[in-house]
Amino acid sequence: MSEVLVLIDAPEGKVTKPSLELLTLARRIGEPSAVVFGSEVPSQLAEYGAEKVYQLDDAVYGEYLVAPKAEALTQLVADKSPAALLVPATTEGKEIGARVALATESGLITDAVDVTVAGDTVTTTQSVFAGNFTVDAKVTQGAPVIAVKPNSTSPEAASAAGTVEAVSFDVTDAGKGAKITSSKPKEASGRPELTEAAIVVSGGRGTGGDFSEVEALADSLGAAVGASRAAVDSGWYPHSFQVGQTGKVVSPQLYVANGISGAIQHRAGMQTSKTIVAVNKDEEAPIFELVDFGVVGDLKTVLPQATEAIVARKG
Amino acid sequence: MTKIVVAVKYVPDATADRTFTSDNTVDREGVDGLLSELDEYAVEQALQVVEAGEGEVTVVTVGPDDAADAVRKALQMGADAGVHVVDDSIAGSDAFATSLVLAKAIEKLEYDLVFFGMASTDAGMGVVPTLVAARLGLPAVTFASEVTVDGDTVKIRRDGDAATQEIEATGKIVVSVTDQTGEARYPSFKGIMAAKKKPIDEWSLADLGVEASEVGQDNAWTAVESYEPRPPRTAGEIVTDEGDGGTKLVEFLASKKFV
Ligand SMILES: Cc1cc2nc3c(=O)[nH]c(=O)nc-3n(C[C@H](O)[C@H](O)[C@H](O)COP(=O)(O)OP(=O)(O)OC[C@H]3O[C@@H](n4cnc5c(N)ncnc54)[C@H](O)[C@@H]3O)c2cc1C
Ligand SMILES: Cc1cc2nc3c(=O)[nH]c(=O)nc-3n(C[C@H](O)[C@H](O)[C@H](O)COP(=O)(O)OP(=O)(O)OC[C@H]3O[C@@H](n4cnc5c(N)ncnc54)[C@H](O)[C@@H]3O)c2cc1C
Repeated sequence: MSEVLVLIDAPEGKVTKPSLELLTLARRIGEPSAVVFGSEVPSQLAEYGAEKVYQLDDAVYGEYLVAPKAEALTQLVADKSPAALLVPATTEGKEIGARVALATESGLITDAVDVTVAGDTVTTTQSVFAGNFTVDAKVTQGAPVIAVKPNSTSPEAASAAGTVEAVSFDVTDAGKGAKITSSKPKEASGRPELTEAAIVVSGGRGTGGDFSEVEALADSLGAAVGASRAAVDSGWYPHSFQVGQTGKVVSPQLYVANGISGAIQHRAGMQTSKTIVAVNKDEEAPIFELVDFGVVGDLKTVLPQATEAIVARKG
Repeated sequence: MTKIVVAVKYVPDATADRTFTSDNTVDREGVDGLLSELDEYAVEQALQVVEAGEGEVTVVTVGPDDAADAVRKALQMGADAGVHVVDDSIAGSDAFATSLVLAKAIEKLEYDLVFFGMASTDAGMGVVPTLVAARLGLPAVTFASEVTVDGDTVKIRRDGDAATQEIEATGKIVVSVTDQTGEARYPSFKGIMAAKKKPIDEWSLADLGVEASEVGQDNAWTAVESYEPRPPRTAGEIVTDEGDGGTKLVEFLASKKFV
């Protein structure tokens, strides 16, 4: 079976759920080999099917933006001639993937939500134009480089050898152009990661700036909290929680929009959610065109009542 | 004197019904187009840098005839000159061909810095800036939520998912900016009048020394096989809160096994 390279995200030694999904998808194409930058090799890699783990442990990868990782990965692709390279569809993952694809003259697909294989042909599915279309595409030159979005599949365990191979690489001076002079980790919210969560509860301008009802409902459901741009621009919630075209694109099992009108740019970030629920005091709000269930009412009373009922049911 | 080139894309209006044509490419004629809103932030940042000192902003677009509208809008905002690369063979290009054409056009211009939007509002891959930087052999500081230009050094803040980073580069640099950099200005009446006299140069592939065989749909490294409109969502149930809205909401969630 041919080798498939998988770029792994493992902050603080913990493999992210989207990276486990990549390993799972890679098995449809061939034998996954994980690529990790850093000093730790998490055991989850072997538990989720990585036959090999290429470890690149060098401080340089954390000192400069994107280019050093892209150069090293380009070398690895040239050496191993994999059947495909899968990367996470994060800003960094996409930039690295694009540079490797350019250097190896291979086609690139970004933001795939599914990857299927028939014979030797790898087909990707993308959700485009604010989720209004699905597009099937394939790479026609080189080994496909595919950036895959979170929640594209469920991670499936499959134990494999996970043989670690240390890889060293001399980054060129040209790769050391964008120096990272400081890096402050974001504070953890204690809630699930927005793009990975099964349930997202969001608040918009209708919260009037107080997210406490939204957060309480989210916590009763074990959900992540999201926000509209109007809420973010007003300084009510950090930008990293913005859902939409210029924020995160989420596709959870359940999306609950509270005090959000449903502008096209917001829809672009949540329209492919499985089930959509909205609470809005304006019955004409466009968000109601999308919902499976909607409550026309004031979120300040509807949400606390719902939270209380959920807590009561859970006992 | 800082010379900045800003790459701007002409895109179909996101609030209209965007669709595809029979050859699986974006319908760029049946739908009104405009300057990609996210590129307005790049124009704004470039104008601010130049206004703080001395310099010149040139905008460049690669696109069909109507794409000149995107250039004109940037000129109305205050950019000094425009370049429109237009050639029938470019239609249907992938990200690599687009980055090639842009890189060649930028090389033909005099510049210190190149500004980009974070992503287009149609395809939105967010990779063209890094690809152009790779082709030009320049450092790329991308997804900036704050940009500071100090002599020949550019410092940016990048608000990532896991961390907030400060990044620095010196020399000729490629920068991409997010919508967090600050509202873009509207063209003033004076700006609109002044733009009428500003030049927009039209360049073809031949002007850039790019072969038709290096670009276009037939030479793309990816191909769209098929596209399908997402099935419309079936109309949901809407209730009006009469003191029991929260309870009804939870009943719905329970019926779907979310609680
Ligand atoms: C280039 C560009 C990119 C953008 N990117 C994004 C993006 O990524 N994400 C995004 O969200 N937006 C984005 N926008 C902005 C978008 O167009 C909307 O302006 C924004 O989504 C509106 O946020 P909102 O729904 O919270 O506010 P509004 O549109 O003001 O809606 C507030 C809603 O709350 C309701 N409401 C008020 N009070 C209550 C109450 N007490 N109880 C219940 N309901 C109440 C109102 O009826 C109304 O429907 C972008 C815009 C542009 C131009
Ligand atoms: C729905 C859809 C999906 C696609 N998927 C793929 C794919 O998976 N792989 C692939 O290779 N191609 C794909 N394409 C084609 C690709 O989008 C185009 O080649 C496009 O020119 C470059 O990508 P972008 O618009 O995503 O640019 P982005 O990388 O999102 O643009 C970032 C910035 O680059 C600048 N820029 C981008 N295009 C231009 C331009 N024409 N002129 C001037 N400045 C510009 C702007 O400053 C912009 O803000 C897709 C196209 C569509 C419509």
